[in-house]
Amino acid sequence: MADENKPETPPATPPAAPPGPPKPAAAGDGGKPVAAKAPAGEGGKPAVPKAPAAKAPAAPPLPPDPPPPAGVEQPAFIQSLLAAFPDAALQIGFWVGDWTVIVGVDRLLDVARFLRDVPVAPFDFCSDVTATDWPARAERRFDIVYCLYSTTERQRVRMKTRVGEQEAVPSVTAIWPAANWLEREVYDMFGVRFAGHPDLRRILMPDDWQGHPECKDYPLEGPGELILESPQEWLRLRQAVEESEIE
Amino acid sequence: MSMDIQAPQPMFDTDELVINMGPQHPATHGVLRVVLKLDGERVVDADVIIGYLHRGVEKLCESRDWTQIVLITDRMDYVASATNNLAYCETVEKLMSLEVPRRARYVRTILAELQRLASHLVWLGSHAMDIGAVTVFLYGLRERELILDLFEEFCGARLTYNSMRIGGLPLDIPSGWDKKVLQFCNVMMQKLPEYEVLLTHNRIWLERTREVGVISGPEAIAIGLSGPPLRASGIPRDVRKDEPYAAYDEMQFDIPLGTRGDTYDRYLVRVEEMRQSVRIIRQAIEGIPEGPIVGKVPRLIKPPAGETYHANESPKGEIGYFIASDGKATSPYRFRVRPPSFCNLQALPRLVRGHLVADVIALIGTIDIVLGEVDR
Repeated sequence: MADENKPETPPATPPAAPPGPPKPAAAGDGGKPVAAKAPAGEGGKPAVPKAPAAKAPAAPPLPPDPPPPAGVEQPAFIQSLLAAFPDAALQIGFWVGDWTVIVGVDRLLDVARFLRDVPVAPFDFCSDVTATDWPARAERRFDIVYCLYSTTERQRVRMKTRVGEQEAVPSVTAIWPAANWLEREVYDMFGVRFAGHPDLRRILMPDDWQGHPECKDYPLEGPGELILESPQEWLRLRQAVEESEIE
Repeated sequence: MSMDIQAPQPMFDTDELVINMGPQHPATHGVLRVVLKLDGERVVDADVIIGYLHRGVEKLCESRDWTQIVLITDRMDYVASATNNLAYCETVEKLMSLEVPRRARYVRTILAELQRLASHLVWLGSHAMDIGAVTVFLYGLRERELILDLFEEFCGARLTYNSMRIGGLPLDIPSGWDKKVLQFCNVMMQKLPEYEVLLTHNRIWLERTREVGVISGPEAIAIGLSGPPLRASGIPRDVRKDEPYAAYDEMQFDIPLGTRGDTYDRYLVRVEEMRQSVRIIRQAIEGIPEGPIVGKVPRLIKPPAGETYHANESPKGEIGYFIASDGKATSPYRFRVRPPSFCNLQALPRLVRGHLVADVIALIGTIDIVLGEVDR
């Protein structure tokens, strides 16, 4: 139960790996860790990724979910999905043969349940639940991706939703029990919470770990080994640590 | 005369007992820890604790070149590294819309099926040894050694092959290699009955595996099982047939299915799968075309911005890669593996509930996990 998320950086020294943020405080829900990157969309334009003045290092663009080109026919399940949710503002993406449905967090469960039960292609098998971190996006930096498969119709579709750091995603474990561990892994690696998950604990990292390693602003290297030359140095170091704890 | 017959009072308290199994335990196939809640000798509940072998493979791959990642995928499921390589390379090829020459696809199929045989042999040996049949372990590893020799001749390595490249293969097959593979196929078909004589009608084996860990087809789908455990529950789902990749669309083979969904069926399905693998290898060797082994691959691999998910059938189940490219970097923006062992292991608490402690060992074996892949 690693819920005590202090906004404290795991490594003591700022590592060299991520060029941008001075403080690698990915530490999950601990406040404003991406402050260095958040103002990427300065002013009125929120999500233009390549804003020249932005401090974000080589800011990656929005994940491309291009709409299907004109000649491509939508499969039946997409058509019935669009017909069933005319008001949900679904966005349909198509890339290298993969269909993606992008849905808002508020309608996620409805769309998930519909996709599982849609008669033309019941997506009964949840292959994968994962996330992608796009810190350059001013708000809703996480993409939560559900890779679904229909064992009867042999079709695949990806369902995707976008959430911010403090937002909780409704858990789909009631719809696909297979999502249980996969959501735990997303929580462990990205710090995204799943509301209604039966057992939201860390799964790969130790329970008392701080930070969420797959976030883009989490450092690649730790502080390294401390090689101490003399006992005096050790005393000095200990004193420095104690002082920093008092603060 | 009347007698008061009372229900017998329990002599002792009947508290639930919590015992810890692993992470260092010979039957957990690595560093798996299971916390069992017991009522007498029956398992009431189990909590699976993993992560002891976590190396941050996904994060690591996001800072490596597209070509360097092939090498890292070797280290996930290290008893089936060729299938890991294959699935990764195919995902990148899909992202870049690359065409792979037919000869390369055939050799890939051969390698993947040899790998399936090797992985199933390790599974058979260790699963049988867990239950007490030591001879099968020795037999299984004896034949696996022949496969490792073939791989060594092909690429120089015996465990972590690094045997695929994006767009094709690093090397053509050595001369005479195909003959050796055919010879091995003959050996394998002779040896398979030896395992079956030891196990299939063995009374101890039947007692230990029949009706142990039964899971129905719909439940197996819901809990996310894939690969042989799913097919043993009667669901005809195999990525090789459903979404053919490499050269599987040109091969004739059958998908063995179970009926009861118990540990014995999972055993039968895997053994039959080994026969089918031999069948595929023979066809592929016979039909292997001439031609180049690498397609037209750009010097610098840099897929256009976009993301995709691509799945293969690994010996353990569906291995999938979800890869996002931002179109600018020489490494993936997001690299995600759908590890079949991880997803199948999720079913363990469901399978062990109500069984004896000794069956937990059989059930860990029947899922066929590799902790290097579970923890990544």
